[in-house]
Amino acid sequence: MKISMIKELLEAEVMCGEENLGNHVYSACGSDMMSDVLAFVKDQAVLLTGLVNSQVIRTAEMMDMVCIVLVRSKLPTPEMIELAEESGIVLLSSKKRMYDACGILYTHGLVGNKVKS
Amino acid sequence: MSDLLTFHFDVDGDDFTSAGQASVQIKKSLRQLGIAPETIRRVSIAMYEGEINMVIHAGGGEADVSVTEDEVIITLTDHGPGIPNIEQAMQEGFSTAPDTIRSLGFGAGMGLPNMKRYTDYMNIESEVGKGTTITMKVNI
Repeated sequence: MKISMIKELLEAEVMCGEENLGNHVYSACGSDMMSDVLAFVKDQAVLLTGLVNSQVIRTAEMMDMVCIVLVRSKLPTPEMIELAEESGIVLLSSKKRMYDACGILYTHGLVGNKVKS
Repeated sequence: MSDLLTFHFDVDGDDFTSAGQASVQIKKSLRQLGIAPETIRRVSIAMYEGEINMVIHAGGGEADVSVTEDEVIITLTDHGPGIPNIEQAMQEGFSTAPDTIRSLGFGAGMGLPNMKRYTDYMNIESEVGKGTTITMKVNI
């Protein structure tokens, strides 16, 4: 799925990384706990979260994720935008709630990853 | 074996916002060395979790990274309160982090287990009241 498609499906605003909207992504995860995100390392490209602080961007960066969707109308801090721009991460903000946002993307083919023990 | 490259960082314990800067720097440096992305990811996640731990629990500390021909060695040293029961601390979900840290997305009791998961070797030396030293190795 193209990141631009995520933007459309979630009726999201682009906070930064407009130039990377054409990139393709193949899996996603949703969590407000960054340590849970960090626990499963297999090529998740999109992070959906309701958490707003700079460690969200760092977590995505560590995981080589390319797109972050802030749900529930959350807006990034200036520092988050700066960090995301440095790493070329697309930062989106959507009015959808976490459950709905994940469901919409999932039903359009953007799946999660099988958890390996 | 002689070290090819060494890095040293002071991890500031006062500022949760800046936690992770050393890991970001290491990630960039390893990329320049042409190390495999999957290996870089394992190193940087393990180090990042360690950095966050030092900020949450120990008021900061020091991070040293050595890159040899066949492994990356990460040593994290702090002078914090120490870990009274390492076995318990290694259990997924066990956490002593305050609620303020949980509201920031950490403190789920996954830090140390994640560090072990992503490294090929991990050793914790800790003395209550004196501090903790964690050594991790990732094969290249």
